[in-house]
Amino acid sequence: MIRRKELDNDLEQLRSLLVKMGEHVVEALDGAVTSLKSLDCVKAQEIIHADAKLNLMEEEIMDIGSRLIVTQQPVAKDLRRILVAFKISSDLERMGDLALDVAKATLRLQGEKLIKPLIDIPQMSSIVKVMIEEAITSYLDENTDLAYKMAQDDDQVDQLYSQILTELYGHMRNNPDSLPQALLLTLVGRYIERIGDHATNIGESAVYLVTGKRPDLNQ
Amino acid sequence: MENIIEIEDLNLYYDQFHALKNINLDIPEKTVTAFIGPSGCGKSTLLRTLNRMNDMITGTRIEGSVKISGSGIYGKDVFVEELRKRVGMVFQQPNPFPKSIYDNIAYGPRLHGVKNKKKLDEIVEESLRQAALWEEVKDYQKRSALSLSGGQQQRLCIARALAVEPDILLMDEATSALDPISTLKIEELVQELKEKYTIVMVTHNMHQAARVSGRTVFFLNGEVVEADETNTLFSNPRDARTEDYISGRFG
Repeated sequence: MIRRKELDNDLEQLRSLLVKMGEHVVEALDGAVTSLKSLDCVKAQEIIHADAKLNLMEEEIMDIGSRLIVTQQPVAKDLRRILVAFKISSDLERMGDLALDVAKATLRLQGEKLIKPLIDIPQMSSIVKVMIEEAITSYLDENTDLAYKMAQDDDQVDQLYSQILTELYGHMRNNPDSLPQALLLTLVGRYIERIGDHATNIGESAVYLVTGKRPDLNQ
Repeated sequence: MENIIEIEDLNLYYDQFHALKNINLDIPEKTVTAFIGPSGCGKSTLLRTLNRMNDMITGTRIEGSVKISGSGIYGKDVFVEELRKRVGMVFQQPNPFPKSIYDNIAYGPRLHGVKNKKKLDEIVEESLRQAALWEEVKDYQKRSALSLSGGQQQRLCIARALAVEPDILLMDEATSALDPISTLKIEELVQELKEKYTIVMVTHNMHQAARVSGRTVFFLNGEVVEADETNTLFSNPRDARTEDYISGRFG
């Protein structure tokens, strides 16, 4: 097979940017949940500031991809690589925003005490972090089996989310003073659950890259 | 949709060289089909079997069957002139006769017995209109066809082919000698012509195949590797060789 130097080099650059974005999201989610657990506002601010980098990487992917479409006129899998890079970078950017929302929740709780030690939220976050890593690996290795496995991880996340809701509704009922914080924590659960959904989107993109067909892993 | 062209177990040899190998291919009527593939893959050879242009090359031997509208075109009772009236052809280089614009178009109908001036006028106008050339030349029909630009000459050749009311129009790299604007005009023209005619085009320009055709056939070493809807072939080809070729990674 002949290498198309410019196209191949730029496609490689898209891949490495996506990997960087993926690592950034994992760190952001990890940092945001850690900041929430210990109500560490300094840490939360760091996460919020770092988000701009993620946006820049998404823009860079858009620029490289559109330049390749214009100058190299890619078709078939080469074209799918670029389309998928657009889609994955947009998912990752959104995941970054949601991690940022978790960090903002920490800031809102500044000066308060947590109504309960956080257990399920960090557990959910751990599964979602694995999902993000799986998503990126399924894309990098073009591993569709791994992409399909993520649908099961997502079910686990949904189950934990539903457990969190039940528990927090209980708090709201029994202790109306806890309502603002409990409400905020349900939102945090929702943010993390959404990050998981975006991770399965990335798995779908990996399947599309390999097969040209779009599965629905978010059912 | 009916298949106007049916090719079955076709093998073609130029002396010892096996140029087309076991071709089986159907082409539906009133569609645009593009033949793509590297030089020497057999795409032009197959195109030329469709109006028996290969007959003129000595040492050519053909096995198998090519049917147009259900009838074999290599039978002994087939008049080649009659076949070429039904299957017109446009070549890479525009080749107008050194005659007036009018006489270029009227040439075929006259050859087939149309003598009535009014009828000929009608055919010339209709053919030039169909080839999107009428507005540009209607006041200069007595001028030499050679005074036209390359793009206009090529549309004149298309008009000349249409003047004998063919069913099929073969285009052998018909835009490769033209500038981008003339190319685009002919591509647009092809889109209009497919309402009435079946068009089979050989092109080295894969993006042209992608833009213009409904079906694409990829040839390699005298064989059909893949024939599919153009959109499918260019977005998700089944064969790795097709993928390599259309992605510019062939070699």
